[in-house]
Amino acid sequence: MASPASTPSVPSQALRIAPSGLRYPTNKKTIYDRNLNRTRNAELSRAAFAFLFIEMINYAQRQVKGITDLEKRLNNQGYPLGLKLLDLLLSRSSTPGQPPTTRPTRLLSLLQFITTTLWKALFGRPADALERSAASPAEYMISDNEPLVNTFVSVPREMSQLNCAAYVAGVVEGVCDGAGFRTVSVSAHWTGNEDGGSGAAGGGREKVMWPGKTVFLIRFAKEVLEREEMLGKAL
Amino acid sequence: MSFYFAIIGTKDNPLFVHEFGTSKQGGDGVARFRDEARHMNPFIVHSSLDILEELQWGSGSMYLKTIDRFQNSHISAFLTGGNIKFLLLSTPDLPPIATGLRPPASSSRTNAAFSSFNPTAPATEEAIKNFFLEVYDAWVKTIMNPFYRVDAEVNSPVFRARVGAAGRKFL
Repeated sequence: MASPASTPSVPSQALRIAPSGLRYPTNKKTIYDRNLNRTRNAELSRAAFAFLFIEMINYAQRQVKGITDLEKRLNNQGYPLGLKLLDLLLSRSSTPGQPPTTRPTRLLSLLQFITTTLWKALFGRPADALERSAASPAEYMISDNEPLVNTFVSVPREMSQLNCAAYVAGVVEGVCDGAGFRTVSVSAHWTGNEDGGSGAAGGGREKVMWPGKTVFLIRFAKEVLEREEMLGKAL
Repeated sequence: MSFYFAIIGTKDNPLFVHEFGTSKQGGDGVARFRDEARHMNPFIVHSSLDILEELQWGSGSMYLKTIDRFQNSHISAFLTGGNIKFLLLSTPDLPPIATGLRPPASSSRTNAAFSSFNPTAPATEEAIKNFFLEVYDAWVKTIMNPFYRVDAEVNSPVFRARVGAAGRKFL
C-alpha cells in the first residue's frame, strides 16, 4: 500500500484505477510496456519446466478414455502456444535493430522455420532431421533424438504407445495453422515401435543410441499442397 | 489527411478499428472524413480484402504497400505471421473552399491539391511501414496475453493509445 502522505492527490490504493475502469498493476507496467526481446538469452529452469509439465500431463490425464485421447489433450494444450510463438519468433528472428519483414509463404520455408527458429527458441538447439515422407507428398517428418519434454517422463509399460511430446506436436500444429498451412494432424511417435517399415532397417542401432527418438509426423491438408504446386509453377 | 485503421482477423471479422488524422504539417490528429464518406470506410476497407487475399501468397513480405484505391482513398496493407490483416485507409482532406460552393473554373486547382498526395512516394510508403511495424509490436504483445484467443476483439485502451501514438509519430 502506498502511504497517503507521499501522494496527496491520488487516493491510496494498491491498484490505480483509470477513469475508464482500467486497472493498472502497481508498478504501472502493462504488457505493452514489456520488451519482446527481453528473454532472448534468459533460459528457464529445466526442473521448473519438468515439474509444470508433469502437472500438465496429470491434468490432461483426468477422465481420459485412452492414450489417443490423452495425446489429443496434450496436443490441444500446445496448440495456442504455437499460434503465439509464430508471431513472436517472426518479430524476433530478424537481425537486431532490423524490424520484422517476412513471413513464411512456402512449405519449405515454414518447415525450416519450425526446425531451426522454433526448435532453437524452445529447446536451445535445432531439430535433428527433417524428411519428406516417401509414402505421401502431404506428409513431412521432423525427428528429435531426445525431446526435452520427455527427459523426465518414463512411460509405464501398459501405456508404451504414449508419447508426451504430443504437446510439442500441438505447438507445431499451432505454428502451421497460424501461418495458413492447414494441417490434418500433427502427431508424435516413437521410432522403432512398429515392426517392419522404413524405420526398422537401422532401427535396432538407432534404438540403442537414441532410445527416446521421436518423430513428429505433419500431415498437411490438400489445399496447402495445391497452393504450393501453383506457387511452384508461377516461379 | 485522414486515416481509418482496421485490424481484420482470419475470419474476415474486424478486431480493432481506429480513426485518426495526420499530425504532420501542422495537422491536429483529428480525422476529417466527410459525414457521407465516413460510413463508407468500412466498406472500402473490407472490399480490399479480396485483393489482399490474392497478394497474400505472392510475396513473403509482411508489408504489402498500397494494394487498392477507391476514388481518392488509398489502402495500404500489412499481414502478420498469423495472417491477421492490418489495413490503413488514407484519404486526403478536401480544402475547406472546395466543398462545392466554388465555381467549376477553380476545380482544376483543387484537383491539384488533391493529387499532391502520392501514395507510392518512397517517403509515404516508409512512413506507413513504420506505422505498421509499431502497431505490429503492440499487436504481438497483445496476442502474448494468455487470455487472448485468435480472432477476439481487442478492447484494451492501452493498445488504442499505442496505435494513436504510432499514428502521431509517423503519419
